[in-house]
Amino acid sequence: MDLNIIWFILIGVLLTGYAILDGFDLGVGALHLLSKTDYERRISINSIGPVWDGNEVWLVTGGGALFAAFPDVYATVFSGFYIAFMLLLFVLIFRAVAIEFRSKQESGRWRTAWDIAFSVSSIIIALLMGIAIGNIIAGIPLGADKEFYGTFRGLLNPYSLLVGITTVALFMMHGAIYLVMKTEGELQNRVRGWVNNTIIFFSICFVTVTMATLIYYPEMTAHFKEFPAFFLIAVLTMLSIANIPREIHLGREFRAFLSSSATIGLLLILFAIGIFPNLVLSNPNHEYSLTIYNAASSQKTLMTMLIVAVIGMPFVVSYTVIIHRIYKGKVRIDETSY
Amino acid sequence: MDTELLSRIQFAFTIAFHYIYPPISIGLGVLLVIMEGMFLKTGNKIYENITRFWIKIFALVFAMGVATGIVMEFEFGTNWATYSRFVGDVFGSALAAEGVFAFFLESGFLAILVFGWNRVSPKMHFFSTIMVSLGSMLSAVWIVVANSWQQTPAGYHIINNGGFLRAEITDFWAMVFNPSSIDRLMHTLSGAWLTGAFLVLSVSAYYILKNRHHDFAIKSIKIALSLAVFASLFQLFTGHRSAAGISMNQPAKLAAFEGHYNTSPAPLYLFGWVNDKEQKVNFGIAIPGMLSYLIHGDTQKPVKGLNEFSPEDRPPVNLVFQSYHLMVATGMALIGISILSLLLLRKGALFRSTLMLKVLVISVLLPQFANQLGWISAEVGRQPWIVYNLLRTKDALSKSVTSGEVIFSLVLFTLIYALLFVLFIFLLDRKIKHGPDDTADADAVYSEHKAIFQK
Repeated sequence: MDLNIIWFILIGVLLTGYAILDGFDLGVGALHLLSKTDYERRISINSIGPVWDGNEVWLVTGGGALFAAFPDVYATVFSGFYIAFMLLLFVLIFRAVAIEFRSKQESGRWRTAWDIAFSVSSIIIALLMGIAIGNIIAGIPLGADKEFYGTFRGLLNPYSLLVGITTVALFMMHGAIYLVMKTEGELQNRVRGWVNNTIIFFSICFVTVTMATLIYYPEMTAHFKEFPAFFLIAVLTMLSIANIPREIHLGREFRAFLSSSATIGLLLILFAIGIFPNLVLSNPNHEYSLTIYNAASSQKTLMTMLIVAVIGMPFVVSYTVIIHRIYKGKVRIDETSY
Repeated sequence: MDTELLSRIQFAFTIAFHYIYPPISIGLGVLLVIMEGMFLKTGNKIYENITRFWIKIFALVFAMGVATGIVMEFEFGTNWATYSRFVGDVFGSALAAEGVFAFFLESGFLAILVFGWNRVSPKMHFFSTIMVSLGSMLSAVWIVVANSWQQTPAGYHIINNGGFLRAEITDFWAMVFNPSSIDRLMHTLSGAWLTGAFLVLSVSAYYILKNRHHDFAIKSIKIALSLAVFASLFQLFTGHRSAAGISMNQPAKLAAFEGHYNTSPAPLYLFGWVNDKEQKVNFGIAIPGMLSYLIHGDTQKPVKGLNEFSPEDRPPVNLVFQSYHLMVATGMALIGISILSLLLLRKGALFRSTLMLKVLVISVLLPQFANQLGWISAEVGRQPWIVYNLLRTKDALSKSVTSGEVIFSLVLFTLIYALLFVLFIFLLDRKIKHGPDDTADADAVYSEHKAIFQK
């Protein structure tokens, strides 16, 4: 195992941490309009109130780590997906504004407008991230100079849109489970219904995307053929998805949440095994692909960063856990709430 | 317009907007530690009210900093891809350290600061305040280190990476402690302390003028004024050290600061207007030999002039001259205001002097001006280089981005930042008008209720 592989894994860990954490708060956002009364919507927003900001820090750090470990990937993808990234930034900020603004005026219209803004921007963020993953699997046109030669329209191909919708479904399911943990009474019963529906929605998307990948991008399976043991990860993914309705049925919401977190993690591991050692596949000219070797920083930098990460990560994980523990339990609206 | 100019406008606009907020967080963070420390030490409820109030403001400012900060991080890749390829290896370690140590520390503990009053012990809360303050300063450390490396590169070599040149790190600590990082870090931090201190001074002076929250305002002013006096004087020292460093490391920048064209003993201008064609400073008042004296300790020693550099290696002179001189003037004004306020306070006259209080209310803008002007001096003064003497700004762009795309994003940023700024002012105004919650009152109401129930 060399440093390049370690950093491939570490960036995977950061992005997985981001997907699990921001995944539930984007999911809560995507489901937000299903809550009917103002009180319910305040519960919905405040369920993520203390944590959504911290969750986004994982994205900041993931982006920073990508810049640092694989500068060519960062440069090519960010400049190549220019319009997509600018839209992403726009909705990320717009969503934060919506959260802050919403409960500041009593007017019903005011609140409804920001509710819609919050929900729509959450969906667009999830969709854009899925589209990015879809394009990494499908490959994008790169030149010998590592630059992107495609168009924004080209990124919106059917396969990538399908991955995008699947991501929205996954986050909706994840968010619904989170909301079950955070609500009580009649609202909680309704949210349980959402969990069932989103599980069905996600399962349909998941099966479709899997079929599409196997049919159109069979090279994603190369490592699984080479090392059949990897198939266990696919089996685990199915088991952890199947476990979610079971835990919900038994009334063990936290375990259901762990199960959906595991699902997100396992799906990203499947994705990572599929693309390895490429970070960005060049399609049609495979030889121009950016790999963990030709796009990486020097060994010395990767080593320095590894030392930083080894010292820092235990702190990051422990205070993430501490903070989520302090805010566990049902949502209470008080004077510090949104 | 071409992509280069548009990208530069976009970067300047987004960084200037971003840089309104982090200095407030850094300065306010230090003050929060003092305020909450005073509460724990004295047990006086008023300090708790003070801390609670300023934490609310801090949280708002911090959220703005995060939202606009993500943009900065993405923009290196989106608009300056060639630059990112060139510096990625060097900035890698600094950015990783910033993300892991600073961002997580700050945002994680901030949740406890804001939402945790009733959920953790007072000591744990105080600890969180210290961590947030530390986190905000650490993020300044790493970003200033990275920026200083662009000014004075060190600890690297240039290699050919598959046909592309890039800088690779050879000595991590030489990169961190490059010739300008310590001076620039101190200068940036004390600018940030001033920004936080003057925000507290301004709001508190406003309360006194409105005859509200008297006790709250007086105690806030005393704390903030101590920091303001210290930081404004410290700024003089760090500013001098920075200028001395620039004279050695970036002589073209220093020459532009003073509009100094021919190598000769140099005067120090108080103000003026540079005529670049005729190579002279018009309408200026200068102290002869003073620049030479400040740099070399001798009024007769020559200072390198702009004509030592070929025209394509010179920064735009008048813009740098003006921003630099306005920054210095603002810094001097801040020293004057701080010391005058302190003298009035010691004579017991500050809270009766309506004029001085009004000056304090509007002075909140001065450190903001100085911060922006300082960055313009530093960054425009480095031009035409993006990495000094290694990579030109015009060669650092993204090759796959068109001018139409940059126009699109510039419009998006203008819209969302306008919205964001309206939101910020609206919320800030609301919180200030609402003022601190008086927990002493709340306690009184509570015990009254308890008495009724017990009957």
